[in-house]
Amino acid sequence: MEHHFASDVLNSARRKAEQAEVFSASSRATTIQFEANELKQVETKEGNSIALRIFREGRIGFAIASGGGGWEALVDMAVETSQFGSTASFQFPSSQDYSELRIFDPKVEGIAMERMIDIGKELIARIKGHTPDILCDAQVTKRTSSISLVNSRGGEGEYDRSFFSLSLDGVLVRDTDLLWVGDSESSCRPDLIGSDNLAERVIWQLEMAKEKASVSTKLLPIIFTPRGVATALLGPLVMAFNGKAVLEGSSPLRDKLGKQVFDKKLSLWDDATIAYGVGSYPFDDEGVPSQRLPLVTDGVVANFLYDLQTAALAGTRSTGNGRRAGGFPNPSISSLILGGGDVSFEAMVKDMKEGLIVEEVMGAGQGNLLGGDFGGNVLLGYKVENGKMVGRVKDTMIAGNVYQVLNKLLGVGQEARWVGGILQTPPLYCSNVSVATKGS
Amino acid sequence: MTRGKGLAMTKERQLSMTPFFAFIRVKGYNRAMRDVITEALKGRDADYIEIHFEESQATGIVYRGERLEEISRARNSGGNIRALVQGSWGFVSFNRLDGLQDKVTLAVEEARLASREAFKLFPTEPVLDTVVPQLKQDATKIPLATKKELLDSYNDIMLSSPKIQSTRINYRDARRQRIFANSEGSYIEQAKTDLSLRLTAIAREDNEIQQAGISLGSTGEFSAVEGLHEQAREIARRAAALLSAPQVKGGEYTVILDPILAGVFAHEAFGHLSESDHVYQNENLRKIMVLGKRFGGKHLNIIDDPTIPALRGSYKYDDEGTSARKTYLIREGILEGRLHSRETAAKMEERATGNARAINYLFPPIVRMSNTFIEPGSVSFEEMLGGIEEGIYVKDWYGGVTSLEMFTFSAGEAYMIRQGSLSELLRPVVLTGNVFTTLQNIDAIGNDLEMNQGGGCGKGGQSPLPVSNGSPHIRIRHCVVGGR
Repeated sequence: MEHHFASDVLNSARRKAEQAEVFSASSRATTIQFEANELKQVETKEGNSIALRIFREGRIGFAIASGGGGWEALVDMAVETSQFGSTASFQFPSSQDYSELRIFDPKVEGIAMERMIDIGKELIARIKGHTPDILCDAQVTKRTSSISLVNSRGGEGEYDRSFFSLSLDGVLVRDTDLLWVGDSESSCRPDLIGSDNLAERVIWQLEMAKEKASVSTKLLPIIFTPRGVATALLGPLVMAFNGKAVLEGSSPLRDKLGKQVFDKKLSLWDDATIAYGVGSYPFDDEGVPSQRLPLVTDGVVANFLYDLQTAALAGTRSTGNGRRAGGFPNPSISSLILGGGDVSFEAMVKDMKEGLIVEEVMGAGQGNLLGGDFGGNVLLGYKVENGKMVGRVKDTMIAGNVYQVLNKLLGVGQEARWVGGILQTPPLYCSNVSVATKGS
Repeated sequence: MTRGKGLAMTKERQLSMTPFFAFIRVKGYNRAMRDVITEALKGRDADYIEIHFEESQATGIVYRGERLEEISRARNSGGNIRALVQGSWGFVSFNRLDGLQDKVTLAVEEARLASREAFKLFPTEPVLDTVVPQLKQDATKIPLATKKELLDSYNDIMLSSPKIQSTRINYRDARRQRIFANSEGSYIEQAKTDLSLRLTAIAREDNEIQQAGISLGSTGEFSAVEGLHEQAREIARRAAALLSAPQVKGGEYTVILDPILAGVFAHEAFGHLSESDHVYQNENLRKIMVLGKRFGGKHLNIIDDPTIPALRGSYKYDDEGTSARKTYLIREGILEGRLHSRETAAKMEERATGNARAINYLFPPIVRMSNTFIEPGSVSFEEMLGGIEEGIYVKDWYGGVTSLEMFTFSAGEAYMIRQGSLSELLRPVVLTGNVFTTLQNIDAIGNDLEMNQGGGCGKGGQSPLPVSNGSPHIRIRHCVVGGR
């Protein structure tokens, strides 16, 4: 039905514009929500949207509608915005073959709500078995979605995607001390998601946080766990590799292509072709085939992320990273993979005379990310003394700049894992990060 | 705090005609919709059911440097059903109105899958009402050409300033029409407009990149974003100045917060902890958050008030149909109240405060703030500065976040204070605190309350919700500041 609707919009738009493109998405999701260890709510969300992009008198117009009816309005709205839109510097991609990519598992549709409830209960029972007075909020989600794209140059494609995820946030209150623990897992394939790994990681957090440790204001080495890498270091990097920031000159990497900017031990790539990856797709939201794109190879900047318009303006080709988040396509990551190294987590800890292990930083998105700054309150982190983890730190801030910290790494971990379905990373062992704390 | 006119109620003006609502607009608007809803809710085996319908139209304009990068129009329509059975909720959201009966059935079935202890929602009187905003100059009706011309002028000013490499402008206006009805007989139509603008200047020198910006907003009054040429010049100047500014050394400082950042502080440091859904199921937190507990000095008053005219967090009814009301969270330093939905109020045996809000029909209402502010005291800015040997004056904001106990908030602009006087400009700083100690460390509250209408609030995946924050200047002792 969506498909039929899309071609109607396209035909109508072609009468008023030189080129047109219709992007339609629909999804159905069910989420089981536990609050304070109890099943609170079961929800089902259905949604659909249709976005129209046109070139009219050489300018880009855009409109989006969700809900029933009104595609005539969609064309009128796109025509109205095209009067002021930027000049179209690219062509919509014509017809092509997209390679097959496994991102849909029909099993997802068959998972009963009762089964999802059981999964959530099992997970909470495991955590409570370790720490009886913890209060857990948990979510079990399944989703199927369909994407279709058609343009006036004959480009056409569609695919289905499935999604399954499990997440848990636990809080332990002792007097006025709140300890937050938690993690999540997601995949297109429900069989890859189990409560065991998640429960083990959360229990490890609870174990490590049992004792309290104090730290003083100074420069210290820090091991960022995979979650630590995601919450503290990822934001500035994602911004800097965006082709738009490079094009306008606001990215610190704008003139660093082919240059050694990061430690030799660091390699990073964007990969939209991983089977059952939550961030994978056969073609991006503009119809450009997906690929595995090196961003950093042995510390050398290798590529930036581009969509069609940005690539055209920069005199290069789209990297298949044109993604939509409810509006215009923009260069965005699919899944980021940070290559594993040769140091075990255990060896990193042993190597530390005094330092921190950082699992989660709160407020890291608030500073001058564009300039590479990171920092915030260590919401979950542990002190290391003479090679041993001695307890959780509180009232502690860290601050640094990714271009300094990642330029000279003490080590890259062996044990890589997925965080939030879109980043696979090992722990990173960094030197000389500023730590500030109370009473200093 | 008083700009433009407030939400005024009229019966005459109809919500605009659109395809989604037209579907069920058979004979006269109210009647047809009410009949559909009454029919759908008839004979259901549930303790409570509510239905939301919503339509929205939005215009977005994004500049990146010289380029007007995105100009878009959006229309969105949909609805949801929420059912309560035996203490648990079922929720169904949808884009299409067909099969409404089946959707209600699904919501009731979902609620049955869960089973908690049954409870009765805090009782509220059924309401029949229509709420329409009254604006002098409704932004959603201003021609695109006028908006573009205005934004062009700000962009030109910033781009022509020294050392400015690029800019960002994000403009958005939206109008939402909502219908709320429940199985208790309430039927409310509310329309709301919202406007937000962020201007950012990005300066560059060699490998240094620095930025400065402002965030503004209104309940749809276009004048709120007019006449900002001087501010545009100022942020460009500041971004350039930051290139040569030093980074503060991390550690504990006495800090003075300007009204904008102090408003963010009130929101993050205390506002979120006063949202009862964080507390009502947590026995330990309930003991800590007991009414009557002291959180700060006698000079500290923190209020949430959705009834103030013409603020972005204002409304007449929340998304459970409860009338909005002013709530003292802290009065004279003592915990006096908290924000409730009908569920949290019932479970804590307190009054519903009308703070159950949903960002749109895709989400169920949850406990949210509206307009949250620290009441003004009597200390002048000069008095606050005096006597600070070494401290930091922090202004404006990048953002704020809380884990309830710990919070961080970041200043867009910072200056050293030395021997009671403002000194050099610093790079932006991130501050952190602990709600149980930091509020006690506020030792001066200014006399110059200002409300900040920029930005929005995020919680439980619902972001950005229009809210406003405010405060006079405040001084905090022993505040941890991150730095290098």
